[in-house]
Amino acid sequence: MKKLYAAMMAFLLCIMVAGCGSTPATNAISETETEDGRITIGFSQLGAESDWRSMNTESMKTTFSTARGYNLIIEDGQQKQANQITAIRNFIQQGVDYIVLAPVTENGWETVLSEAQDAGIPVIIVDRMVAVEDDSLFSCWVGSDFELEGKKAAEWLHQYSILNELAPETLHIVNIQGTLGASAQLGRTKALEDAAAEFGWDLLEEAPGDFTQAKGEEVMAELLDKYSQLNVVYCENDNEALGAIEAIEDAGRVVGSDIANGEIMVLSFDGVNRSAVQYAVEGKISCITECNPLHGPRVEAIIEALEAGQTPEKFEYVDEAIYSCFDQITELTIQNQSYPVTILTPDMPEL
Amino acid sequence: MKGLKNKFKNMSDTSLLLTITIVVFFVMYIGAMIFLGQGFLKPQTFFNILNANAALIILSCGMSLVMITGGIDISVGGVTALVSMCCAVYLDQHSGNVPMSILIALGIGLCFGLVQGFLVAYLEIQPFIVSLAGMFFARGMTTIVNTKPFNVENEAFVALKNTRITIPGMGSYNKLGDYVNAYVEVGVVIALLVVIIFFCLLKWTKLGRSFYAVGGNQQSALMLGIDVRKTKFIAYVLCSLLAGIGGYVYFMHVGSGSASHATGAEMNAIASSIIGGTMLTGGVGNIIGTFFGVLSLSTIQNIVSSAGFDQAWWTGITVAAMLCIFLVVQSVVLARKKVSK
Repeated sequence: MKKLYAAMMAFLLCIMVAGCGSTPATNAISETETEDGRITIGFSQLGAESDWRSMNTESMKTTFSTARGYNLIIEDGQQKQANQITAIRNFIQQGVDYIVLAPVTENGWETVLSEAQDAGIPVIIVDRMVAVEDDSLFSCWVGSDFELEGKKAAEWLHQYSILNELAPETLHIVNIQGTLGASAQLGRTKALEDAAAEFGWDLLEEAPGDFTQAKGEEVMAELLDKYSQLNVVYCENDNEALGAIEAIEDAGRVVGSDIANGEIMVLSFDGVNRSAVQYAVEGKISCITECNPLHGPRVEAIIEALEAGQTPEKFEYVDEAIYSCFDQITELTIQNQSYPVTILTPDMPEL
Repeated sequence: MKGLKNKFKNMSDTSLLLTITIVVFFVMYIGAMIFLGQGFLKPQTFFNILNANAALIILSCGMSLVMITGGIDISVGGVTALVSMCCAVYLDQHSGNVPMSILIALGIGLCFGLVQGFLVAYLEIQPFIVSLAGMFFARGMTTIVNTKPFNVENEAFVALKNTRITIPGMGSYNKLGDYVNAYVEVGVVIALLVVIIFFCLLKWTKLGRSFYAVGGNQQSALMLGIDVRKTKFIAYVLCSLLAGIGGYVYFMHVGSGSASHATGAEMNAIASSIIGGTMLTGGVGNIIGTFFGVLSLSTIQNIVSSAGFDQAWWTGITVAAMLCIFLVVQSVVLARKKVSK
């Protein structure tokens, strides 16, 4: 047995030596690949928790398809930062040309991003933000202004309450939050908290629903048991809203905008899920603030700019709409900037 | 050839399964080097596997230990999460120091080991149930200690986390033509030490031999004059203590506290032990095998993602297939050996 161990250890050593020797050869391979015109992109997606996320992945896949001259490697992080860090290290070892990262949380990326920088690979951040002191660690960021989204939803609720003469203290709000620590959760939560403080709403509780339908339903059921007076639920994505609606209907309550008559108002974000949009048309969801998942083309534009030696904008926000079937609010004004509300009608063409 | 055949016949079950594991790992890794090339040709890819799995190696060593005695401990993932969270809270919110946080990690592991070991060994409760309760308790406690995930910014700890042991001559050139050194994290050194210590413990000490005896046949172990209860108790204490150490290594790797840390780690540890030739029925197993089990498991995951299967479930399916193949190969080989005797 001892001989066997010895042989194996020697073997292991051989691999390492072979690895060293072949380094220049590996370089040659990646160079020929670049000459070939094919750009290799490593995309670390954080997971597949919601329809928004699936759409986001799909957008990347269609943009960076083989037919269009790209070689895309996607790694699903399954909601864990450790997995994403491992994935980025793999990309570095595989010698990809660009790394696209959709980070699961904002903190803790310095080390791995500086490794990518040492390896000379530009990193493009999409969707959520990374909190790093030195922002030269990534080339650019593409995504949504989550706080603005939250402000839009809050402003819509504010205007609605004025139009319907609802006193601010009669709005009993619960917030089903997204995955704690995610940018979308942080921004949307902050906007709601600020608005509640500013307008004097009764914000009963905030509980995380992890952006999933199942968790949204579970949390909503608990909240309904706890607070009989609640009449507004602020869901930080569509999937949670679908779950919450199910829980509300199971509890024998009615969803809708008519708060004064005991209905529970649902506010939601994303506007990607078909059934959620359908619910918005029917008025079951009062207002959906869009969060645009189609990042692929924007990332491609950045990569083209980088390939051409230009410096693209560091932060790029995507344009986003507001959907509602309530036709009296047509425009929201936030910080002197006006945003139109798209009024949904049943005979509307496909969104 | 005849000599080889004889050697094969004379091997113990443990050595035979170990040989299979090691051979499979090398076939897989060399296959990846030949067919996938690129990353696998760089030594750092191998070191990255070690870096990312140092904690799993330690957890799996503990798991193998209890599996050899015929038991199981599924609380190790929960203990890992609890250790990470407690140390994170202590270091970040109570401005603690690193040595004390290590003691906390060991203390948590030890407590779980003492309670679970007592319940399993002396009260003879099913180990699965005991550790299931342990797992729920650990996960629950993690959330009670702190709900939100956060990163530790304690300077001494961050310095420790970023400490890298450079391996001379193993680096490679990056795109810009600069030389980047190969490295391993501190956790890897701890993991290797654990592997060596427990390999020696199992192979050459009386205690180590009695683990095999208890797992192989409890009655005969009793007749041989081995204190079965005490042996089992020690196995669970050691396993949880390793979960504490593994938890700290995990914490050093991720540098954050989160209730969702190390979910499914216990299952990966069981899978690694089985791939490494430890049998669920007890009495058979080897720490070196477990070490290669972890490497095989992560190599296959690495291969799957490098080969361009983007969905996470592909890794799950390949791991399942691999486990299945290993179990079949193990039973076939052992059965043939019995026949040829």
